[in-house]
Amino acid sequence: MSLDTATVRRVAALARIRLPEEDVARVQGELNGILGWIEQLQAVDTDGVEPMAGGTPEGIAAMPMRDDVVTDGAQAEKVLANAPDREGVYFGVPKVVE
Amino acid sequence: MHPTDFTLAGAIAALDEGAISAVELTRAHVDAMEALNPRLNAFITTTPEAAMEAAKASDAKRARGEAGPLEGIPLAIKDLFCTEGVQTTAGSKILGGFVPPYESTVTSQLKRDGAVFLGKANLDEFAMGSSNLTSAYGGVVNPWSRRNDPTCGWCRVGPRAGRRRRWRRASHLARRDRYRRVDPPASGLLRHRGDQADLWAVLALRDRGVCVLARPGGAVRPHGRGLRDPAAVDGRLRSEGFDQRGPAGAGFREGLHALGEGAADRRAEGIPPGRHAAEIERLWRQGLDWLRDAGAEIVDITLPHTKYALPTYYIVAPAEASSNLARYDGVRFGLRAAEKDSDLRDLYERTREAGFGQEVRRRIMIGTYVLSAGYYDAYYLKAQKVRALIARDFREAFAGVDAIVTPATPSARSPRARTATTRSRCT
Repeated sequence: MSLDTATVRRVAALARIRLPEEDVARVQGELNGILGWIEQLQAVDTDGVEPMAGGTPEGIAAMPMRDDVVTDGAQAEKVLANAPDREGVYFGVPKVVE
Repeated sequence: MHPTDFTLAGAIAALDEGAISAVELTRAHVDAMEALNPRLNAFITTTPEAAMEAAKASDAKRARGEAGPLEGIPLAIKDLFCTEGVQTTAGSKILGGFVPPYESTVTSQLKRDGAVFLGKANLDEFAMGSSNLTSAYGGVVNPWSRRNDPTCGWCRVGPRAGRRRRWRRASHLARRDRYRRVDPPASGLLRHRGDQADLWAVLALRDRGVCVLARPGGAVRPHGRGLRDPAAVDGRLRSEGFDQRGPAGAGFREGLHALGEGAADRRAEGIPPGRHAAEIERLWRQGLDWLRDAGAEIVDITLPHTKYALPTYYIVAPAEASSNLARYDGVRFGLRAAEKDSDLRDLYERTREAGFGQEVRRRIMIGTYVLSAGYYDAYYLKAQKVRALIARDFREAFAGVDAIVTPATPSARSPRARTATTRSRCT
């Protein structure tokens, strides 16, 4: 299936990536090239196959769990050290609510 | 022998015997790095002073009889691992100026064992690529490029043999891939970058502090000369609790050692021919001959679904990237791009437009699309089912063999001028 320009704009908006109008046609071409190529998967018979979500299916290697314990905390200054904008111990952002 | 010519084991032996100090060893690597990095662009950040300080401390520890297993060994750390107090960019503008307040598990364990960090090695932006050309900090030049090759990095090196030899020796360790280094690939598909620079690598473990494009594929791959170098680093990374967190346990290590120590009495096999460049095919067949000579029984197997691995990857990995890279939004760290009257959403969108390169933006958008309402089943779920079939092929093959011998890469290195199609560098 092929993406129209409206869908390309919608995907960019969902991804929170600004897409200038002059780039829409180029991005549309790139995305459709990739989507056309991955279309070949439709030919694979997957009836009755359980989707595999992780990298280690059962029977190959067990994924161990570590204990769910608190290992750190109370380090607001470190957390904020790279903030582009901060106010007190908070991240600064443009006003969200009027 | 020049200090940059040691294998890891050889360097440790020389340090133990007192034939060389960690300061001398590190000095030689720092010199090579400083001489060649301006041309090769192998490092985004170099930390020569910190390296020399660490080397001094290493010599002192060794003198006190407290040497760690990697004491005084210079390593290049891919700029994807968070290093406390040292800028970590993942090759992206969006992390420009980001100075992690903590050390990744991998690098903290290497430090614990006495390793000396030379700097942060360049990489494709968020490791999205195969030829190291999508870095926001410029591409990396492969020092093994041939003279007169218009795409190569050593064309400007003098023709005189002596000069060339010195260059060769220095360049031996010069490319990011030519240093012993620790490298998290995006997936198990990816041994080939090291292969293209004549390095060996082992895979796979993972933990926090790695800026990978997608969590499930993120694994750590030490590089070195020969199989024992990376295996030694890998062994250290797995010590003390790492096995509890990584996907591959003792079975993997035993298999690795079996391969490293001689393949006699092991049954190996090759994947069906026909999918590789002729030169790779030839080398691979030669490898099979060597294994046969060493006593391995070669058995043919089939992996019928591996031909769908790349299109499957091109759905699954971008889907995960679109989710994983959502954290880069200009709020908590890294770049922020905003106009005076930007609202929060505009801040996100401008930051991500300015901060991510074209390849990363393209993959995020593909991932967003295949996960979006109405397309999830047709793309993402379908790919996860094909992925299950690919894994089943391997499971069935391993029922009859101990190891599978495959080429690390389907083709030789790509020329620098050819920026490659999106598809061929989607790794």
